[in-house]
Amino acid sequence: MPVTGPSYGPQVLDHYLHPRNVGSFDAGDPRVGTALVGSPELGQILKLQIRLEGATIESACFRAFGSGEAIAAGSLATEWLRGRDLDQALAIGSQDIVQALGLAPDKLHCALLAQDAIRAAVADYTDKHSVPEAHHGNHADTTGR
Amino acid sequence: MPQDPSLIYLDYSATTPVDERVLQAMLPWLSERFGNPASRSHAWGWDAEEAVERARGQVAGLIHADPREIVWTSGATESDNLAIKGAAHFHAGRGRHIVTVRTEHKAVLDPCLELERQGFDITWLDVDANGLVDPAALAAVLRPDTILVSAMLVNNEIGVVQDIAALAALCRERGILFHTDAAQATGKLPIDVRALGVDLMSLSAHKTYGPKGVGALYVRRKPRVRLEAQIHGGGHERGLRSGTLPTHQIVGMGEAFALAGELMDAEIPRIWALRDRLWDGLRDLPDVYLNGDPDRRVAHTLNISVAHVEGEALLMSVPELAVSSGSACTSASLEPSHVLRALGRSDTLAHSSLRLTLGRYTTRDEVDRAVRLLRAQIGRLRELSPLWEMRQQGTLGAWVEQCR
Repeated sequence: MPVTGPSYGPQVLDHYLHPRNVGSFDAGDPRVGTALVGSPELGQILKLQIRLEGATIESACFRAFGSGEAIAAGSLATEWLRGRDLDQALAIGSQDIVQALGLAPDKLHCALLAQDAIRAAVADYTDKHSVPEAHHGNHADTTGR
Repeated sequence: MPQDPSLIYLDYSATTPVDERVLQAMLPWLSERFGNPASRSHAWGWDAEEAVERARGQVAGLIHADPREIVWTSGATESDNLAIKGAAHFHAGRGRHIVTVRTEHKAVLDPCLELERQGFDITWLDVDANGLVDPAALAAVLRPDTILVSAMLVNNEIGVVQDIAALAALCRERGILFHTDAAQATGKLPIDVRALGVDLMSLSAHKTYGPKGVGALYVRRKPRVRLEAQIHGGGHERGLRSGTLPTHQIVGMGEAFALAGELMDAEIPRIWALRDRLWDGLRDLPDVYLNGDPDRRVAHTLNISVAHVEGEALLMSVPELAVSSGSACTSASLEPSHVLRALGRSDTLAHSSLRLTLGRYTTRDEVDRAVRLLRAQIGRLRELSPLWEMRQQGTLGAWVEQCR
């Protein structure tokens, strides 16, 4: 008999029903890096924020519009980010999220969304702290309030 | 699991349970009365043939057709294929232009796409914001080489009722065949094929409390509509659809359609009231929208967009509730509902849609519980939603603009 029932596993359901670190930081705070990734067209949008204490991410928070898997991926990312430095944050890959949540192959895009959000939040933080003269890429399309 | 009384089934447009009266009528034809209706030489065959013909009369009766105009099929999908490909292939010598509507079911769209691959020219008509086709828009695209128009009577996602009589009249006066998929219409509104003026009508048993796996195609006799068969082998159904007739399924469809005719007058107002109660329970929430024309619709369907919340996520949070979402990922494709897109709904509203469909066994208590469950989870998911946060801060419009 083929496996039937919901396509999501218990890890997704746990994060979905009890999402961790829902909320917002002040995007103007210099200690905060903000990402707003995804698009209305794709039907999934993830807002992810990190707040640093020195070189360490002391806290992260998120909000998500999307499937249960997208919400779970955002929630899991906030747990993983806490206590890492920026390089360690960038080391989090979509496959790690796929494995931890037991995502079905057709939900890979939810893990990619979280990976994009982590990178965009780090980039936003880095931009805030770069030398003003230096020219950096425009992140206006991936960052927001 | 389906016996669990805490579960609420509001997905009657996906399928319906077989009515107990229908089931009882079907059972003898699986056991002692097992004959092949095509066996002309003995009593078992005559018995089964009589049952099939009785059912043919019952199905014809619901749509005011002649029993000789009913061809048995395996369901509405096969009926759509037979009507569209059968008409196109038979009449290809007269022309190769076919018109259909963007909000049709995939069982109509996909055969049309297949014909396009075969070299036919397909026009995909747009609908207005309420899901309706403007007859003038149809008239404007008809050509001398148009051979067929296909437009559904009741839309499966949003429940709007198309003005088939007006559309079919335009075709009749030009000698163009008109097909309508009525799978979602039987038992939900009175149907008269002569008044509608259609040449071909697809019917399904399992949307109307009959069994899955059986349907029918109405094929008008006067003047006679010619089709090319799509399934060959034995010449059943006057050569239009070969294959041993499933007597028990056919008896079930006949009984289900006869019941639908009897019950319709009482059932429709009861379901209207329940549907209104459901909508009244949700409509006061901010940013909740009704999809489809508010008046030209059947009672049974409520399709709404709950802005700022993704439809699939909402469904995951109410496992007690069996409903459908038009959002991405519930189907195999990542696209949001093609029907809601055709209505001009924004991407986020298309991803935020929910289809609740009521039926014969829906109770007031179920509707009230569904409202409570949905309201609680809509509130919870909006607190999680960055779109809701931006809406509260007044920055949502600017952000959506920036995303274009």
